[in-house]
Amino acid sequence: MLGLNKKDATLLLLVAILALCAPFILNPFPEGSALAQFNAGYPDLMQRFVIFGIFAIGFNILFGLTGYLSFGHAAFLGVGSYSAVWMFKLLSMNVIPAIILSMIVSGLFAVVIGFVSLRRSGIYFSILTLAFAQMSFNLAYSVLTPITNGETGLQLTLNDPRILGESATADGSIPVTNLFGLEMRSTFQMDVGAWLFQFNVGYYLCAFIMLLAFYLSLRIFRSPFGMMLRAVKSNQQRMRYTGLNPRPYTLAAFVISGMYAGLAGGLMASMDPLAGAERMQWTASGEVVLMTILGGAGTLIGPVLGAGFIKYFENIFSKINDNVLHGWFSFMPDGLEDFVVGIVHPFIGKGWHLTLGILFMLVVIFLPGGLVEGGQRIARALRKDKSDDKSNAKSNPAE
Amino acid sequence: MDAFILQILNGLDKGSAYALIALGLTLIFGTLGVVNFAHGALFMIGAFCSVTLSKLLNLSYEVVDPTKKDFLGRPLVEKHTYIESWFGPETGAAIIDWSVPLAILFSIPIMIGIGFVMERGLIKHFYKRPHADQILVTFGLAIVLQEIVKYFYGANPIPTPAPAAFTGSFDFGTMLGFDPNTVIYPYWRLVYFSFAALIIGAVFAFLQFTTFGMVVRAGMADRETVGLLGINIDKRFTIMFGLAAAVAGLAGVMYAPINSPNYHMGMDFLVLSFVVVVVGGMGSLPGAVAAGFLLGILESFASMNEIKSLIPGIDQIIIYLVAIIILLTRPRGLMGRKGVMED
Repeated sequence: MLGLNKKDATLLLLVAILALCAPFILNPFPEGSALAQFNAGYPDLMQRFVIFGIFAIGFNILFGLTGYLSFGHAAFLGVGSYSAVWMFKLLSMNVIPAIILSMIVSGLFAVVIGFVSLRRSGIYFSILTLAFAQMSFNLAYSVLTPITNGETGLQLTLNDPRILGESATADGSIPVTNLFGLEMRSTFQMDVGAWLFQFNVGYYLCAFIMLLAFYLSLRIFRSPFGMMLRAVKSNQQRMRYTGLNPRPYTLAAFVISGMYAGLAGGLMASMDPLAGAERMQWTASGEVVLMTILGGAGTLIGPVLGAGFIKYFENIFSKINDNVLHGWFSFMPDGLEDFVVGIVHPFIGKGWHLTLGILFMLVVIFLPGGLVEGGQRIARALRKDKSDDKSNAKSNPAE
Repeated sequence: MDAFILQILNGLDKGSAYALIALGLTLIFGTLGVVNFAHGALFMIGAFCSVTLSKLLNLSYEVVDPTKKDFLGRPLVEKHTYIESWFGPETGAAIIDWSVPLAILFSIPIMIGIGFVMERGLIKHFYKRPHADQILVTFGLAIVLQEIVKYFYGANPIPTPAPAAFTGSFDFGTMLGFDPNTVIYPYWRLVYFSFAALIIGAVFAFLQFTTFGMVVRAGMADRETVGLLGINIDKRFTIMFGLAAAVAGLAGVMYAPINSPNYHMGMDFLVLSFVVVVVGGMGSLPGAVAAGFLLGILESFASMNEIKSLIPGIDQIIIYLVAIIILLTRPRGLMGRKGVMED
């Protein structure tokens, strides 16, 4: 199916089902119940899941396949956001031209940066990409203010031209982003008993694009081109000796992943039409590195998992406060309860980054393959147990 | 001419911070071959050592003085710091005033301890793993250290004043024959620069003139041979890691009065000091120092109004621009050696 073997097709199908049913899956707890705060099925968060999923998939094409660790990928995300917002300001509020422009601009940007940075490898490459990203960030804050609107961030206003659209709606407000008239923010709500499910147009657009992006990365992973990228990672020297020049391949991978980042940026602006320079800062680049590694670099599903994992816990963990904790541990005797809450306190709420940092270190130390490797290990251990049981039943191994 | 000198002076203090951090980074890289992204966090911890010491020295107890009344008519509650009651009011006040320089003594054991724990507990296990893994795990460590500091000290910068004797500025202009008030330079920045020069000199002297330093240099050049000669090079490299941590910490301690410490100052400096190390050449100590001062001074020149009006925005990007140009024209940096980081 679609040029995939059976295993990959199943994976794609699985991701598709997960993405389509996300409003159900992420909302397992009834409204108003004590666990409702763990629900993640609201449009804003679901959009972020898939958008960062796209970003991480793209990053993984570069880092997972070629092993080049870019510390400046957020620059492409920022450039994508800016170009999308400009499209909204100048052309129309339709998201399609905005997304296309953001991919083209970030792709061109990636060609320039990649052409220069890929002349070096290893840590030098990381530093070069970091330098370029910081340069763009600093410029966006200072000199490029006419284009980026500096610290305030680029926003829509009532007197933007919008040639193909309207500057302002009939009631004098700024028009909203749409897909041929279908508003991004419109949400269909479904009440099923105590549950409230929300189906958001913007989310489904992002999810659809994420599926396309995922499919493309699947094809890249399985293609001869993907094989070449792996060759770059495993042994460039040998690749050169066989008469192949690694640079065009790495540049192509860099540009593709830059365009993925631009796409994510464009989608981000389509969901919420503003763009700020802080999206380009190197901490944002660090975030996508965290997502990819946490999920599992070089695996197909890993980056998506990592992005979802980080965004979910970022939202949920930071909402938990001491009162909630006291509620959970209220079954304990008073002194013990306060003690436990005191211990957990630094890791929740504003301390979420501490938890993330520790988790990330543990993953790098013990599970270099990320969550995917963890899952595989568990699966293998389970299978081993089963097969051990069988063999034990048949014969007693001499030991 | 006077503006020229002023910019050089302005560049020196930032340049010395870059040089000190980069020195430690490249020392760790040259000895252990580890890319340490947590080095900026060590700088930050150093700065918070001086915050901690000044807080400790300001610990006080309350005394109720029934003979005096405050404006609400209640007995007056007076705060006395312990230090003042132990050492007498004058000595005590002087000790509190000099808390930042005293923090140098306070921070050295702490920083060396942190360095040891980091190396033995974590980084030791990453010698054989790829550089990308080292970068990632130390990046995670940097986040953790930063968040711990944030938890205890809050997210806002904490002002930590220099001793009263060093407030005010020094008029260089009159000394060199310019008009008064054209080239003025705060005393503390002068102190910082001299301190940095002293530390850099001490590190170089230690490596150049002691037997220990000689062994370490030999180990940097060829680790295996030194090991074959029956020297426990690992132990010495661990000590060097502690030393590098102490250098970064001291840079932070003394930097506290220049910029009030906040929890993300380490990350801000880390990015720049990595650029400095790469410009100077990975693993080259003189390169790191030279590049640190060079970039610091270039940065302050680029922030001159004349140059900014010529090339807008240059002050924001000059360091990165120089780094890109140098990396592309001199792949090993200014003074990099052959064979370092080239596999």
